[in-house]
Amino acid sequence: MNQQSPSPVLVGQAGTGSKDAQTFAQKALARAAGCERVEVGEVVDVRPDVVLSHDNTAAIREIWQEFGQARVVIPEKMAITLDHAVPAPTTRHAQNHAEIRRFVQEQGIRHFFEVGRGICHQVLSEEALTLPGQTVLGADSHTPHFGWLGAFGAGIGRSEVAALWATGELWLRVPESIRIVLDGQLPKGVTAKDFALRIIGDWGADGGLYASVEFSGSGVEAMSIDSRMALANMMAEFGAKSSYIPPDVKTRAYLEAALERRAARGTSAGTADDYPPTVAESQLFPDEGAEYIATYRYGAGELEPTVSCPHTVDNIAPLSAVAGTEVQQAFIGTCTNGRLEDIAEAAEIMQGRQVAAGTRLLIVPASSLVLQEAMQRGYIQALVAAGAAIGTPGCGPCMGNHMGVPATGEVTISSANRNFRGRMGTTDAEIYLASPAVVAASAVAGRIADPRDIV
Amino acid sequence: MRTGAVPGGAATAQVVLESLDGGRKAVIRGRAWKYGDNVNTDVLFPGKYTYTAKGRDEIASHALEDLDPAFASNVCDGDVIIGGRNFGCGSSREQAATCMVYNGVGAVIAQSFARIFYRNAINNGLLAIVCPEAAQAIQGQEYVAVDLEQRTIECASGRFVFPPLSATVQEILEAGGLVEQVKRRLASAHTAS
Ligand code: SF4
Repeated sequence: MNQQSPSPVLVGQAGTGSKDAQTFAQKALARAAGCERVEVGEVVDVRPDVVLSHDNTAAIREIWQEFGQARVVIPEKMAITLDHAVPAPTTRHAQNHAEIRRFVQEQGIRHFFEVGRGICHQVLSEEALTLPGQTVLGADSHTPHFGWLGAFGAGIGRSEVAALWATGELWLRVPESIRIVLDGQLPKGVTAKDFALRIIGDWGADGGLYASVEFSGSGVEAMSIDSRMALANMMAEFGAKSSYIPPDVKTRAYLEAALERRAARGTSAGTADDYPPTVAESQLFPDEGAEYIATYRYGAGELEPTVSCPHTVDNIAPLSAVAGTEVQQAFIGTCTNGRLEDIAEAAEIMQGRQVAAGTRLLIVPASSLVLQEAMQRGYIQALVAAGAAIGTPGCGPCMGNHMGVPATGEVTISSANRNFRGRMGTTDAEIYLASPAVVAASAVAGRIADPRDIV
Repeated sequence: MRTGAVPGGAATAQVVLESLDGGRKAVIRGRAWKYGDNVNTDVLFPGKYTYTAKGRDEIASHALEDLDPAFASNVCDGDVIIGGRNFGCGSSREQAATCMVYNGVGAVIAQSFARIFYRNAINNGLLAIVCPEAAQAIQGQEYVAVDLEQRTIECASGRFVFPPLSATVQEILEAGGLVEQVKRRLASAHTAS
């Protein structure tokens, strides 16, 4: 299905950089390990600034209890959200949440976010709990998300989070880095999601395996914060350990606003109160001439709306090749594309139109803040008027837990990040991934459609 | 790195119980369950069970449910899972690895692993071996023997040597997993202070 052209240019390969110059991953992990400098391939014990967990916190607690400690050693660094199955769809899920609340209270975890606040990656971003140059390790595979702000974020397993609660440190291998440059501004109707899908399609779902993916170029600079989040977040589907976008004035403005919101709420005391953080300016950016195992260069003007077809994310096709495919469900949400910008795009398309008969449109904002803003701007009203169903901020049906799972034989077009067989609950269903605009246009048409044909 | 040796064609899977220090089996012998490239964690352990499935038996019963429904009821102690490229990609859910451990799987051999799955396997004491040649040569349901000390994999088409594990990985495997390793570390820190 990979029919797109022209192919991107591989402009550099291993061995072209200088040995002294460092990548961002090297700098971030040296800081987290308390070393002057670390080398690629070295295994180091790091002390992350933030440790994230969500509905899996109760299971992690069970592992942690084996260590026989009365208290976790890093309560201030822990951030816990209830987001994956919210509101609880079954008694068992509710029980799980109740156990987590008990644990949070007993351990005095301050950074705890209740049902309805939103998805972990979005909430921690909105709360500015991680700042540029810092390291966040999370019991969630989309933790590379924090690359949007120039932090080192990597996903880890449950036992590893338990080990962090008990000791504050964990082994990590310093990854190789891949550089991806985007030149020029994305054309209208082409989004960061399309760019991410294109990268994954071009180089495969394992194209970034174990690597830190560093983005740069005028195309990335021009992107909004919401778009940068979508791009960094999607690198989990590229096999990447972490991703990185250089922090700039936009990043700073976003984080300052976030910190002000927290201060206004009176919850600002903690690990990340000031901006810029205690990380030295020189640690926030890779050195000129750092070594990359590959450098890929894309021209923004050559990109087009892209769809990922069942059942792997790298199975991409240009939108035009799959347009017309009937869909029964359209879903906009998730940590990849459930932000204000995404809902705004959907609202613009749905304004004065209706969801096609035989199709349903589900909107699940990534956080309560997104939902509030979307209401203030009238987006939610427009979407509901068009026939959309609105869900509680959280992961929604992304991983097939509840709330909007497809029936067998149905086709879903989704703004999420994974279309694996069975991802949304049944193996007998197809999932197409696309930008929110394409999902909204498809809801109007009842089949996969190009938003540029509608607006 | 290949010889013509064929492993003992036992009629049923078996584990030769020669223990190393941490109780790991020096030789793992069992049938091969072979799968392709980019096997993701959703098919290894479906997301809909991740917040509710508790206990070894329940987790074991859903192993590979959406990849190979015959697996969980037919797998034997010491059996080996063979994967292609990027094995275990997708979610960070640890049950994708523990569901194998709870079914007695002896090792996973793949052309390459997704990083979180690799860590989850090692952290749960499940030997994960990167050996593209062996992963390609081994056929489904044939008998395979993995020798940890010799670092060899024997199968019908020959004998393969896999690269040494990193010192950190070895330490965790020898401890019997990350939790055990952390327990040891905490205990020695406690004695020291
Ligand atoms: S929205 Fe989906 S991908 Fe993101 S954290 Fe939730 S379940 Fe995972």
